Amino acid sequence: MRRGRDGGAADARRPRVVTGARTAPRTVTRTATRTAAAAGATAVVLLAAACGGGGGGGDEGAVLSSSWGDPQNPLEPANTNEVQGGKVLDMIFRNLKKYDPKTGAAQDMLAEKIETSDSQNFRITVKDGWKFSNGEPVTARSFVDAWNYGASLKNNQKNAYFFQYIDGYDKTHPESGSQSADTLSGLKTVDDRTFTVKLSQKFSTFPDTLGYNAYAPLPRAFFDDHDAWVAKPVGNGPYQVDSYAKGSQMSLRKWDGYNGPDKAQNGGVDLKVYTDNATAYNDLMSGNLDLVDDIPASQLKNAPNDLGDRYINTPAGILQTLAFPFYDKAWNKPGMEKVRKGLSMAIDRKQITETIFQKTRTPATDWTSPVLGEDGGFREGLCGDGCEYRPSDAKKLIQEGGGLPGGQVKITFNADTGSHRDWVEAVCNSINRALGQGKACVPNPVGTFADYRNQIGDEKMPGPFRAGWQMDYPLIQNFLQPLYYTNASSNDGKWSNQEFDDLVDQANAESDTTKAVDTFVKAEEVVRDEMAAIPLWYQNGSAGYSERLSDVTLNPFSVPVYDRIKVG
Amino acid sequence: MGRYVIRRLLQMIPVFVGATLLIFLMVNVMGDPIAGLCGERACDPATAARLKAEFGLDQPVWKQYLTYMGNVLTGDFGTAFNGQKVTELMATAFPVTIRLTLVAIVFEIVIGIVLGVVTGMRRGRPVDTGVLVATLVVISVPTFVTGLLLQLLLGVKWGWINPSVSSDATFGELIVPGLVLASVSLAYVTRLTRTSIAENRRSDYVRTAVAKGLPRRRVVSRHLLRNSLIPVVTFIGTDVGALMGGAIVTERIFNIHGVGYQLYQGILRQNTQTVVGFVTVLVLVFLAANLIVDLLYAVLDPRIRYA
Amino acid sequence: MPEPRPNTDPGELDGGRSDDGAGPEDGAVAGTGFGGSMDLAADEGRTLERDPEHDGAEPAGRPRSLWSDAWRDLRRNPVFVVSALLILFLVLISVWPTLLTSGDPLDCDLAKAQQGSQPGHPFGFNAQGCDVYTRTVYGARTSVTVGVCATLGVALLGSVLGGLAGFFSGIWDALLSRLTDVFFAIPVVLGGLVLLSVVTSNTVWPVIGFMVLLGWPQISRIARGSVITARQHDYVQAARALGASSPRMLLRHIAPNAVAPVIVVATIALGTYIALEATLSFLGVGLRPPTVSWGIDISSASPYIRNAPHMLLWPAGALAITVLAFIMLGDAVRDALDPKLR
Repeated sequence: MRRGRDGGAADARRPRVVTGARTAPRTVTRTATRTAAAAGATAVVLLAAACGGGGGGGDEGAVLSSSWGDPQNPLEPANTNEVQGGKVLDMIFRNLKKYDPKTGAAQDMLAEKIETSDSQNFRITVKDGWKFSNGEPVTARSFVDAWNYGASLKNNQKNAYFFQYIDGYDKTHPESGSQSADTLSGLKTVDDRTFTVKLSQKFSTFPDTLGYNAYAPLPRAFFDDHDAWVAKPVGNGPYQVDSYAKGSQMSLRKWDGYNGPDKAQNGGVDLKVYTDNATAYNDLMSGNLDLVDDIPASQLKNAPNDLGDRYINTPAGILQTLAFPFYDKAWNKPGMEKVRKGLSMAIDRKQITETIFQKTRTPATDWTSPVLGEDGGFREGLCGDGCEYRPSDAKKLIQEGGGLPGGQVKITFNADTGSHRDWVEAVCNSINRALGQGKACVPNPVGTFADYRNQIGDEKMPGPFRAGWQMDYPLIQNFLQPLYYTNASSNDGKWSNQEFDDLVDQANAESDTTKAVDTFVKAEEVVRDEMAAIPLWYQNGSAGYSERLSDVTLNPFSVPVYDRIKVG
Repeated sequence: MGRYVIRRLLQMIPVFVGATLLIFLMVNVMGDPIAGLCGERACDPATAARLKAEFGLDQPVWKQYLTYMGNVLTGDFGTAFNGQKVTELMATAFPVTIRLTLVAIVFEIVIGIVLGVVTGMRRGRPVDTGVLVATLVVISVPTFVTGLLLQLLLGVKWGWINPSVSSDATFGELIVPGLVLASVSLAYVTRLTRTSIAENRRSDYVRTAVAKGLPRRRVVSRHLLRNSLIPVVTFIGTDVGALMGGAIVTERIFNIHGVGYQLYQGILRQNTQTVVGFVTVLVLVFLAANLIVDLLYAVLDPRIRYA
Repeated sequence: MPEPRPNTDPGELDGGRSDDGAGPEDGAVAGTGFGGSMDLAADEGRTLERDPEHDGAEPAGRPRSLWSDAWRDLRRNPVFVVSALLILFLVLISVWPTLLTSGDPLDCDLAKAQQGSQPGHPFGFNAQGCDVYTRTVYGARTSVTVGVCATLGVALLGSVLGGLAGFFSGIWDALLSRLTDVFFAIPVVLGGLVLLSVVTSNTVWPVIGFMVLLGWPQISRIARGSVITARQHDYVQAARALGASSPRMLLRHIAPNAVAPVIVVATIALGTYIALEATLSFLGVGLRPPTVSWGIDISSASPYIRNAPHMLLWPAGALAITVLAFIMLGDAVRDALDPKLR
């Protein structure tokens, strides 16, 4: 799961973003309509205009520059679990499925068809005619080899668990000790264009997960000369890597041999590494950079003025929550659900999203995301009064529940990224005001993201802690199972509830999508009744671009849709 | 002279070992770096165990240190978590930071010494008081405030410079960051030179030189300045190490991908190999600078001889 | 009194002494990574450190007159009077912030975020809607505590270790001096990032402890140098000949004569510690909420410099004035203690 946005990397910057205003009509989408000539933006306009020129259709050879963060891991598809690396993989790879940049719906890309009769055995046919940019054709083997590589313990792939539902995963990736098989027994190549997948359990929406980067096909070059491949990755997407100076810049150029439906509309993209997104924004302002997909919180107030209609603010599949340490008896005893709900009601989400985030977040009223849409399982208002700001009820509930453990809550977060501190402080101030107590809530910053993850892993959280979730694929399953299922990979609070687990199992086995979604929503209601985590807000993607660019959008994963951007 | 240098070099060995051990221990105190690699989820235990073994983190600390130092002596500084050799990182980062440091030092020397001489020769005059107050103000404002302010004004408001430095980091681009980096040291150089000049102005040899009828210019440059420079040289020499390692803030503000940037990233990601590797080189720079400064004494003051 | 001799450096003096075996490098002032500020303090202090040597011809050992002369000078020095009054004022509001404000620095109303000056709130509000005036007043306590405690710690540890090294010389000196070098070699900002990023306490003590840990070598060098100088004075030799014990000599005869440079450097360094705390906060590893400090406020206001400069201006101004006051005080004390400048 590429959860990255808010933690994924210790980078001080992270992208954010998203598109698809259509999927979420109710989200506060602040479309700035002020003219670019607004006061204060004059210098920018002049500079941008100087670089502008050209005409309507856009120059297909022109290259744009975009802000980037240094990926934390080598750029192998099954090893990239944060947004920055994912951005590149999105450009240089095309998978069996692709999520529509607007709606997020999974659509066939390389997949000609994916057939199943029992939601457990799948037969996948790959389209003819696809090639890697080094000329090698994309075949069924390209997928099978890549997936086997990703699932094999010895390759240290951090996204290996994406293959955990495939039969034989327990052999290639045992929980401890060494692997007893190098390949997944559930993967069989039938012919050049066909392979079969056998899962270890029923998983009706499995085909829809295949748009995730970890499932990308890999050319032989990846296996034959691995070091060379990592230094300059080769894929089958609309762009190819021209040069890669780790830690400072990656130049991607349009691959002319690309035959897919989504050819690049520009000549290429230069991804420039920034340590601080404030600097990137300043560069955009002075005409030094074309696209910033992570506007710093401190500039959100200025962005509509500075950028006019070149400021994008659209919903993304990102939900920020506060999780609880259920391994700590003080937070897990009966009655504490009232305290948890009380805390939730003491948070003035509207005020915080408007003031700190300038409406680039929307107060959350359920545990999924508006980008899923009603059909996908998003239920506005599912949380009910538990997510409304009611200071007096909050105080009463907390008292009924036995009061705050130790008389004080500490909200833990990693402080190496700028804006967490702002909102945690605001949340604490809101709780303090609601309870009428000066130090009822205290922020508890942890210096680095790595240390933060360590403390979570060691079950040392002293109270609620920041939990951000960016969806891997737009399914309600992805918002619930990894976070709340007993011992699931991202169930950091170690919440466990038999009723929830049963409902999720039931939903996964359900082959009718509507019924499956309804069952997931029932599971979500269990989360609500227990207040397993406090939903804070849905995060939008916010981006800004120079006057040279047009047709800039963000997809539901908060990544710019580079191939559609026109330059000039 | 030769024997002196050899003795100094031998003394560097324990300091070098001690400093690297210290930083090694400090980075180890930060805890397990693997957890941060898996994003916002727990690494599966099998992969975590393999990664630890790969980076040697399953060994006791003393053993890790010995292995590391053994490798360093053969020129192998290890691999960062993103699969890149630390030596490669150094090859890209050090040239940038060296350029930045050079710019900063040029500022220190040119502006600092000129202002110092001017104020030292005119002690108590309005010029002196003005510069004195200015230097005090520079010293008392944190560097990051100066940096952000200059970036906003020069870069965004007036458009004189680019707010960030490109990956080429040419000398021209580094002027403003260099000035910010140098600002505090600059103030100190000014004050040091001033004190030193004021003291030496009244010395016998200066009076003699004036009495001989040497032109004022020559007195100042050949006699006065040369003798007054010793404390300044000491300061600048030892400042080199501090500038290179201390540029974390400046490099972050201006997006310079130098040593400070790599160290900052390394610390945030708890990447022992990167942090220890860079600090090792910085310690060497520091020791070398100290030695060079001491040798410079002999050049500046002929009465000093190293046996 | 004009200084009749050309400026010589301790490098030369040390070089001429073979007994400590440490060589001339000990005269060099090492970079500390405090952005250079610490170095200067050390350098300026050195002027003093070698004075007793220069004045060797004069009747030595007149500590009382040195101090009383200095005091007489100081009282007449406007720089000293102004800075001392300022510091007195700071100490006063650190102890009783309620003298100046009746507000609560933790009472914040997000609805007022970033608003400017208004009646009852002369400095406006910060990004969290807290009153900037109240926070600036309350911030003094933390910042002054950090400065004073870190300086005391550094001065104590540094002068004990440096003094012992200077007094016993030989192998102890060599060991302690090399240890000093080891700590000197670690860039301070870097050390802060590494060490403080794992601290979980939200008091000021970890920050102070860290400053002491990486700051002591500076004072240690100064102290060592001045003890070595003082040790060679006739009256010390006389005391030794009379059979005085080592502790007695160190405490009664040497320490009072070697302490002046330490005091000078420490006062100047104090200001730099306060500024260092702000830098650490900027990097996200300094003091943590709900502590109120100028460093925290400056670093959290700095991204908003464009929209709400007032949020930055007031705490930064307070910090600058405080640092200035301590540096000026150190300066004045140095001038007063330096006989050459009389």
